[in-house]
Amino acid sequence: MATQNTKTLARLMMAPAVIVLLVWMVVPLAMTLWYSFQNYNLLTPQNVSFAGFFNYIYFYTDPAFFQSIWNTLVLVLGVLLITVVGGIAIALLIDQPIFGQGIVRILVISPFFVMPPVAALIWKNMIMHPGYGVLADLARFLGFQPIDWFAQFPLFSIIIIVAWQWLPFATLILLTALQSLDSEQKEAAEMDGANAFNRFIYLTLPHLSRAITVVILIQTIFLLGIYAEILVTTNGGPGYASTNLTFLIYRTARLGYDVGGGAAGGIIAVVLANFVAIFLMRAVGRNLDR
Amino acid sequence: MNLKTFLLGACSAVALCGFANAETLTIATVNNGDMIRMQGLTSEFTKANPDIQVEWVTLEENVLRERVTTDIAASGGQYDIVTIGNYEVPIWAKQQWLLPLDGLGEAYDIDDLLPAIRGGLSVDGKLYAAPFYGESAMIMYRKDLFEKAGLTMPDSPTWEFIGEAARKITDRNADISGICLRGKAGWGENMAFVSALTNSFGGRWFDENWAPQFDQPEWKESLQFYADLMKDAGPSGASSNGFNENLTLFQQGKCGMWIDATVAASFVSNPKDSTVADKVGFALFPSKEGVANHGNWLWSWNLAIPASSQKAEAAQKFIAWATSKEYTDLVASKEGWANVPPGTRTSLYNNEEYKKAAAFAVPTLAAMDAADITKPTIKPVPYTGGQFVAIPEFQALGTTVGQLFSAVIAGQSSVDDALTAAQATATRDMTRAGYIK
Amino acid sequence: MARTVSRGSKIGWTIAAWLVALLIFFPILYAFITSLKTEPEAIAGFSLIPSGTFENYVTVQTQRDYFKPFMNSVVLSIGSTILALLFAIPAAWSMAFSPTKRTKDILMWMLSTKMMPAVAVLIPIFILFRNFGLLDTRIGLTVMLTLINLPIVVWMLYTYFREIPGEILEAARMDGASLWKEIVYVLTPMAVPGIASTLLLNIILAWNEAFWTIQLTTTNAAPLTAFIASFSSPQGLFWAKLSAASTMAIAPILILGWFSQKQLVRGLTFGAVK
Repeated sequence: MATQNTKTLARLMMAPAVIVLLVWMVVPLAMTLWYSFQNYNLLTPQNVSFAGFFNYIYFYTDPAFFQSIWNTLVLVLGVLLITVVGGIAIALLIDQPIFGQGIVRILVISPFFVMPPVAALIWKNMIMHPGYGVLADLARFLGFQPIDWFAQFPLFSIIIIVAWQWLPFATLILLTALQSLDSEQKEAAEMDGANAFNRFIYLTLPHLSRAITVVILIQTIFLLGIYAEILVTTNGGPGYASTNLTFLIYRTARLGYDVGGGAAGGIIAVVLANFVAIFLMRAVGRNLDR
Repeated sequence: MNLKTFLLGACSAVALCGFANAETLTIATVNNGDMIRMQGLTSEFTKANPDIQVEWVTLEENVLRERVTTDIAASGGQYDIVTIGNYEVPIWAKQQWLLPLDGLGEAYDIDDLLPAIRGGLSVDGKLYAAPFYGESAMIMYRKDLFEKAGLTMPDSPTWEFIGEAARKITDRNADISGICLRGKAGWGENMAFVSALTNSFGGRWFDENWAPQFDQPEWKESLQFYADLMKDAGPSGASSNGFNENLTLFQQGKCGMWIDATVAASFVSNPKDSTVADKVGFALFPSKEGVANHGNWLWSWNLAIPASSQKAEAAQKFIAWATSKEYTDLVASKEGWANVPPGTRTSLYNNEEYKKAAAFAVPTLAAMDAADITKPTIKPVPYTGGQFVAIPEFQALGTTVGQLFSAVIAGQSSVDDALTAAQATATRDMTRAGYIK
Repeated sequence: MARTVSRGSKIGWTIAAWLVALLIFFPILYAFITSLKTEPEAIAGFSLIPSGTFENYVTVQTQRDYFKPFMNSVVLSIGSTILALLFAIPAAWSMAFSPTKRTKDILMWMLSTKMMPAVAVLIPIFILFRNFGLLDTRIGLTVMLTLINLPIVVWMLYTYFREIPGEILEAARMDGASLWKEIVYVLTPMAVPGIASTLLLNIILAWNEAFWTIQLTTTNAAPLTAFIASFSSPQGLFWAKLSAASTMAIAPILILGWFSQKQLVRGLTFGAVK
């Protein structure tokens, strides 16, 4: 009987959060679904009419559609690769006994506190600008022609900026996991004569797998929605080289004021995001269960 | 929550009581120099009108446009005065989103407004927005570099001459580019220049039946000219340069010529920011040999009142003050004549003091007089607008096409490919919007 | 047990770690340095030594008042965090201590609510906000930020609570503690570190949210993200002023982050340790 009570109580305690989130999910989703079947341009509000699947067809046939999906994948995977590999490397580095460990840690996590538009502005103007950026100064100092980052490597430049923002997050989680690694285990491995590389592969990496999963999962959710950095730096160009799905929706919904088309794009994005989520859960989700 | 709302309401009521029933105007504005200056001078207005308080929402141009358009289209009613371009004014006025400005007062002297500007802000003879400053486009060039190269800039040069001169002046070793032009993608960035350029080449965005014209020879010619010129005589990284970047390049003496908005003239001749202030000359926007067209670039930033505002009377008072001759005098007395907002009133260009203080006054007026947005190009068109097309769909379309052209300047796409893609995307967008049946 | 580390290798690691740390921190540092330069200096080429002028900060403050958006940022991020915790703590508690087969699915579903692109739902949300009179109100935006971050908060708390050993609860129950006492005297003290780091992370996320905070505000509720939007790309490249404004916008949260680094780290594991 006590357990029954506890269960009911548990449900009751969970209810507010679940209900709030349910409303928060259902209301916008329903409204977006409804608008996605309407011809509705914000600038010509008198011409609202039922559109059938036309908005979906319109969004799907956008010349940038397939490239934007590809760009989204490249962006997410690129950032994940850099942050996970970089995060492990940095976590291993600052886990060593070093002088000024506290300050080093503070410096490393700082980018996480910078709001995305500011991060993009700093990188665009002060670091990557082909005329006045630090990298251009460096190139000239070394006798090279400065690289015009956003014209020549637009997507890569954005990956760098976003990876810089998320590297601290990955590092922190991996560092915490690393510190929980049993030092006795480490020593035992050392005694057995395992070299540093083998110790990393057979001991450290399996131990980190759960933390890596968390990093991938959380970051993917945020990375799928990246657009502020693109807006500030390349505006999706040149051509469609740095247009991702979210930016394409932005272009349709905010520059074209096409509420119907933008809504259809939003629904398509949600469906695709859920595919990614299912795939992710299949691929790495098992790591989350203990 | 209700209690909280109540408390907040009570707090703000108390705060408002402090101002003795003052009306508060919420004004959305763009963050450029002239507007910031106006904010600084607003105390003069509130001193004269103690019953009106002013709250500013200052935003970067693109964010401002998004915010204001959403608010006005979805009747959010958050603003009493909005700062909008002459692109929006006719579109919004037709939607009845703006109140006509019929209460600006006797002293306002509405007939003093430059006819080209006023025309762009009126629908059916009614003024829907008051111009704060206006601009056309012209050539700014370095007299010293021209002299060194043995060239003389004619008052009304041709593109052929500009191309030749730019290549001659270019000195890669000294880091001097013959010409700096916009390359950054955006309907208000590279497309403003490219549209004006194509106008002067005799091209047009759409024919009388709204069919896109990117497959026509004029576009190929103008885009090819632009791409070649930027390759031979443009700065490195030209595809990411917009107005701001080119302004800085020119001020640092790295450009032989710069063709852009006339409002830049006061920035490049201000010795505080510009290293070449005393060496700048001005000339009319170029035309093509045999085509009588100077691009027809015309832009103004204007103050307008959304139809949803509950404080229209106070708002008109403010607009009348901010766009009046008296405001011009106020700026002149505090910051000097060279800093007054240009390009809105005839009287300013008849003012000897202004002409003396601003060497760019006469060329600016000449450029503005040469611009006619009702007839942007020599062929007939179904739209108005010079460096833009005054239809709601232009923002998205212009930006997409701008990206395609920006890729040409970045060397990632050929002129032909970009034009084919532009034609396809324009046809698609225009069909969707119902222009093409 | 203690490994002896040679001084040489410690110095080597120190140099390597400092190099990496400075490289990562460099953009922020350079923005700060630039904010102390004059405008011509800011674009004059690489230099780490500014002329040390504070003029940019003065100019920024005269152009746009800093304190009102700053206060809004504080109120919004703290308010939304507290609200989120009120919803999340009971939910996470029950998920951690009375898990069912569905618990994991509910958690994943909560996270998936974050996948709807904000730009696609802006117009519907804007209209809702207008109809409820919530535009440009702190309350409206607080609710918004709460909803956005609630999934992450629930998840963090859940993983943290799960680490609390069940035996302790059993023992407390044996002693005849009521549920209320169980929560107040046993669970809360153990959960405080987790709640603290969740709180910190959520404040950071709310502080840096830059879409809704700009789209749904004008003057009364506009936080520092809107403050920044009024300094980016004016006419001309005013990088020194932009840097000053950027520094002002990120400094408070950066300093908070530095001071609370230890607490933050403890809970950021998302249950990843084990």
